[in-house]
Amino acid sequence: MIRVVLPAHLRTLARVDGEVTLEVKGEVTQRSVLDALEARYPMLRGTIRDHGTLKRRPFVRFFACEQDLSHESPDAPLSDAVAMGTEPFLIVGAMAGG
Amino acid sequence: MSSIRLLVGTKKGAFILTSDGTRKQWDVSGPHFAGWEMYHLKGSPVEPNRIYASQTSSWFGQIIQRSDDGGKTWHQPGTPPGEPTTTPDGMPKGESNKFVYDTSLETGKPLTTHQHYDGTQRPWEFKRVWHLEPSLTDPNAVYAGIEDAALFRSSDGGQTWQELAGLRDVKGNLWQPGAGGMCLHTIVQDPTNPRRIYIAISAAGTFRTDDGGVTWRAINRGLKSQYELPDPDAEVGHCVHRIAMHPTRPNVLFMQKHWDVMRSNDAGESWHEISGNLPTDFGFPIDVHAHEPETVYVVPIKNDSEHFPPDGKLRVYRSRTGGNEWEALTKGLPQHDCYVNVLRDAMAVDSLDPCGIYFGTSGGQVYGSANAGDSWTAIVRDLPPVLSVEVQTLR
Repeated sequence: MIRVVLPAHLRTLARVDGEVTLEVKGEVTQRSVLDALEARYPMLRGTIRDHGTLKRRPFVRFFACEQDLSHESPDAPLSDAVAMGTEPFLIVGAMAGG
Repeated sequence: MSSIRLLVGTKKGAFILTSDGTRKQWDVSGPHFAGWEMYHLKGSPVEPNRIYASQTSSWFGQIIQRSDDGGKTWHQPGTPPGEPTTTPDGMPKGESNKFVYDTSLETGKPLTTHQHYDGTQRPWEFKRVWHLEPSLTDPNAVYAGIEDAALFRSSDGGQTWQELAGLRDVKGNLWQPGAGGMCLHTIVQDPTNPRRIYIAISAAGTFRTDDGGVTWRAINRGLKSQYELPDPDAEVGHCVHRIAMHPTRPNVLFMQKHWDVMRSNDAGESWHEISGNLPTDFGFPIDVHAHEPETVYVVPIKNDSEHFPPDGKLRVYRSRTGGNEWEALTKGLPQHDCYVNVLRDAMAVDSLDPCGIYFGTSGGQVYGSANAGDSWTAIVRDLPPVLSVEVQTLR
């Protein structure tokens, strides 16, 4: 199971507390994790990635294993620790004031 | 007895203010959607407990919310509470947050470019919903004015949205963003002709459809923008800030432009200036008295960079002559050291008698008058900056 940590506002929208766990079929990548997340919580579609282009929204960042993965290819495999569920995939609102 | 419900959108959440018909004591609920920019909330005229809301954030984008109980509870229309969020095969059931420009061969238009501030061309890109305008007759129909400027419509209570793409066809390459972005902020429906809709865009101007939104044309003749456009009389490109109509006179329109307060007597075919004796004719909101079609309200601010009232005095100006002759309404409003702004969607009138009028400020105050503007009181003083104010008269 993949563990995903959402920022507070998206937890509110998805009506969840704490971490989300997801079953991801096939290779574990940013894209496959986000696809699974949006399929389970469709109210999050458009909040993390643009509806049309599926590009990461500018003020959203992806962290895992103390690494910033925001600029990695969405199709690059995530680390084994994320794929095995020992480390979570963090979706974070960027520090941008406000 | 009648009651009043104010729907207040702010930069950090929504607030709902309610009072009985005396409009003296107010209850405040909120913040709803705390931390989010609530650009606009508006109730259906035919089903007042149905309220649509635009919830947006630079971080997480656009959310559409709907209440069917007058603002007590909310849900995203595409995912009703208590129901599975996906179909049996795992597909999302609703896409109420999805605003995608229509580029289809059948109903769409190619996604071209518009002017940017620096004169270069930029591609259209969805940013947020500025304004939601429920249908006058169908509680499931609602229009959305968006940035980058386009008009969308939902006919299923906000579950899905379709662009009325013919609008972008009216010289969209010459449209450009105003200081707040290239936004479609005003949607006015003709109550006597459901196929006629007016919209306004900063900075493109005013447009009208007479076929329910399939085709549009610019209606900006008479507007002059000598400080904003190389051609002051250009067909498109004007920074219209808001237009207002009295429902009994759908051919008469009032406009607050970037500079100039304007009027049309012929459904926008031509415009003439009615700024008259205003201390400055720059401003954002404009509205019409509920029972007097020639009584108009504006809130002049100093100029395009000094977005605050002249001389530190917060004054609403009222014309009882359809323009040109204006009186300052000051009783109860701060008359020294006041440097707030009132945004285009942050003024509204109720339909009680005497007519009530309300506005919200960038300083977080919401002022109300139960006597058509003769005197004012602060209903609340310390909200986040107010983006929009709408009022519902409940009977």
